[in-house]
Amino acid sequence: MDKFTSHTGIGVPLRRSNVDTDQIIPAVYLKRVTRTGFEDGLFAAWRGDSSFVLNKPEYAAGSVLVAGPDFGTGSSREHAVWALQNYGFRAVISPRFADIFRGNSGKAGLVAAQVDEKVVQRLWDYLEATPGATVTVDLESRTVKAGEGPDAIEDSFDIDDYTRWRLLEGLDDVGITLSHEDDIAEFEKSRPSWKPVTIH
Amino acid sequence: MGRTLSEKVWDEHVVRSAEGEPDLLFIDLHLIHEVTSPQAFDGLRLAGRSVRRPDLTLATEDHNVPTLDWDKPIADPVSRTQVDTLRRNAAEFGIRSHPLGDVEQGIVHIIGPQLGLTQPGMTIVCGDSHTSTHGAFGAIAFGIGTSEVEHVLATQTLMQARPKTMAVTVNGTLPEGVTAKDLVLTLITQTGTGGGQGYIVEYRGPAIEALSMEGRMTVCNMSIEWGAKAGLIAPDQTTFDYIEGRPEAPKGADWDAAVEHWMSLTTDDDAVFDQEIVLDASTMTPFVTWGTNPGQGVQLGGVVPDPADFEDADDRIGAEKALEYMALEAGTPMREVRVDTVFVGSCTNGRIEDLRLAADIIKGRTVDKDTRLLVVPGSVRVRMQAEDEGLDVIFKEAGAEWRGAGCSMCLGMNPDQLTPGERSASTSNRNFEGRQGKGGRTHLVSVPVAAATAVRGTLSSPADLPALKEI
Ligand code: SF4
Repeated sequence: MDKFTSHTGIGVPLRRSNVDTDQIIPAVYLKRVTRTGFEDGLFAAWRGDSSFVLNKPEYAAGSVLVAGPDFGTGSSREHAVWALQNYGFRAVISPRFADIFRGNSGKAGLVAAQVDEKVVQRLWDYLEATPGATVTVDLESRTVKAGEGPDAIEDSFDIDDYTRWRLLEGLDDVGITLSHEDDIAEFEKSRPSWKPVTIH
Repeated sequence: MGRTLSEKVWDEHVVRSAEGEPDLLFIDLHLIHEVTSPQAFDGLRLAGRSVRRPDLTLATEDHNVPTLDWDKPIADPVSRTQVDTLRRNAAEFGIRSHPLGDVEQGIVHIIGPQLGLTQPGMTIVCGDSHTSTHGAFGAIAFGIGTSEVEHVLATQTLMQARPKTMAVTVNGTLPEGVTAKDLVLTLITQTGTGGGQGYIVEYRGPAIEALSMEGRMTVCNMSIEWGAKAGLIAPDQTTFDYIEGRPEAPKGADWDAAVEHWMSLTTDDDAVFDQEIVLDASTMTPFVTWGTNPGQGVQLGGVVPDPADFEDADDRIGAEKALEYMALEAGTPMREVRVDTVFVGSCTNGRIEDLRLAADIIKGRTVDKDTRLLVVPGSVRVRMQAEDEGLDVIFKEAGAEWRGAGCSMCLGMNPDQLTPGERSASTSNRNFEGRQGKGGRTHLVSVPVAAATAVRGTLSSPADLPALKEI
C-alpha cells in the first residue's frame, strides 16, 4: 500500500446522501476476477445521465469525492472501495460513513475523511462555483483545505488513530503482519515434522 | 485451571499476542477454491508479494464445475473464467491444484479429509464458510473472506480475536434410522440460527462419540448454520483409524509421535466453557426443514407450524414469509409435502458412507415417476469408490441421475439448479430463498429421508416404504 501523507486533487461535489454500495457499484459489475478495472461500474446507474457530475469534463479527472451523509451503506462488498480507487479517487469526504465501508477503505488505502456537515455544504458550493478546483486532504494534520483568501475553507476531519497510522506508514494488514516476520519464522522452526504438507 | 480442546489447539498456534491486539495465529492448512480466491491473488501481484507457504496450501475446483460433460470446456463464461483464473494462479504461485478431470478433484471439504491432510490439532482455513467441517478431526477450522485469504497466502497467519467456548453435550443413543444430520438439524431448530454466534463449539458426549467420521463431519459442517465460528470434536480411535494409511497421513515413527500428541487433545476435566447446552439423542427422530433458514425445522412426523403460534414477533413474521415462499399451509403433515427433486450430495452428505446409505434404501426400488433423484458424489474418489461397489448401478436402475463430483445443486452455480417454484428435498445445508436456483424451494433432510422421499415422492422416512418382496 502506498503511503498517504497529503493529497491535493480535483474535488468532485456529489450532492447526494445515503449513497449505498449498490449505487457505488451495482452487483452485475462484481464478476471480475481482478482487483482492478472496476472503474467501469463506478456509479454505473448515474453515468448514463449527462448532467451527472463525473460526466462533466471539469470534474472527470477528480480524485477527492465530497459526498453527503451515510456514504457506503448496504452490502459489505470490498469492490465499492476498489471501484473508487480504480477510477482515481484517493479520498472521500463525508459527514458520516457506513462502518464496513470505512473499514474496507482503511484496509485498501482510501482515506475516508469525516467532517462536519457544514464543511461539506461549503465544499459543494465552492466546487460547483469553481469547477475543476482542487481540495487538499492532509492526513498528517487531519485537515481539509480548499480555496484561497478570506473565503478559504479549512477544517479538521475525523479518522481513527490506528487507521491514520497505517495509512501514513503505508501499511496494509499484510504489511503489518510481515513486520512480525521474525516471529513467524521462529514459530515455523518449532512446528513438529509430522505435520502434513501438500508439496513434498 | 484446565483448558478446553479448542483453547489447547488455539494456544499451540499463537505466533504473537499483544495486549489489546488480536492474536496472530499460524495456519497449518489453507484450502482454496475458484470463487473466493481470484482477488486475493491479484492483491498479491499488485503488492509484489509471493505465497509464503505453497506447501501448506491446496487448491481445487468445486463450486462452478459441471457434473455432466466435465471433459468439455465449461459452457458458462463466468464459471470458466473463474476456473481458468485459479489454474493460472496456482501455476504462477506454485500451488498444488486438483482441477476438474483430476482424480483428487472434489468439494474442498471432502478432499482435505480424504487425502489425510485434515488432522487433529490443526488450524485450517478456506474462503468458504463450511470449512467448519474439518473440525470433526479436532482441528480449529473456519471460513474467511477474500482479504483474509490474501493475508494467509502472504503470511501463513491470520489476526484473530479469541472466540468464546461452548460445549454441546449429546447424551444417549440415536435411535435406529436417525442420523447425524437429524441431530444437527434438531440442534439448530432448538438454538436458532444465531445460537452459536461468537463461539467455538465442542460437540461431545456418548452420541457424538458413537458417530463415524462422516457423521461427525456432517455435524461440524452445519456449525455455521447456527452461527458458530467453528465446531470441533475431540479426536479418538475412530479419528485415528480414519486417518491412518491415507496418502498424506504421517507414517512410521511420525505416526506414533502424531498419535501421542493427538491423544492429549481433549478438554481437561476442570476446564470451564463459557456456555453449555445438553441434548438427549434418544428422543430425536428424522428431522426436516419447512422454512427458508436451517433453524425452521420440525420432526418429519410433525406438521407445518402455524405462524400464529410463535411468541416472538420476528419469528412469527419470519415464519409467515417462509411459508409464503415455500407455498406451504400451516397444519399440513410434513409427510404429505410433494417433492419434485431430491438432491443427495454436498459437503454435508456427499461422502461414501452417505451414498452407501442412500443406495441401501433405493436398492430394488424405483424413484417416483414425478420425482427426479440427483446423486452427486462429493469427490472423484467418492465417485470411483461408489462405482467399484456398484452403487451407481443401483441408483441408475432405480431411475436416478448419477453425476460427476462437485458442489452442484447445493448452491446452483453450475447448471444443476431448481426451476422457479420447484421443490426439493436436499441433503445439503442451506435452504435460503433461491439457494438452489431462483424461486426454488428447499427442504433440508438426512440421507435416509432423501432416499425414501425419492421413492415415495413425498417427504418420507425408510419406515414409510413398503417392505421389499423376497425374490
Ligand atoms: S457443497 Fe455447498 S456448502 Fe459445501 S462447499 Fe460446496 S457450495 Fe459450499
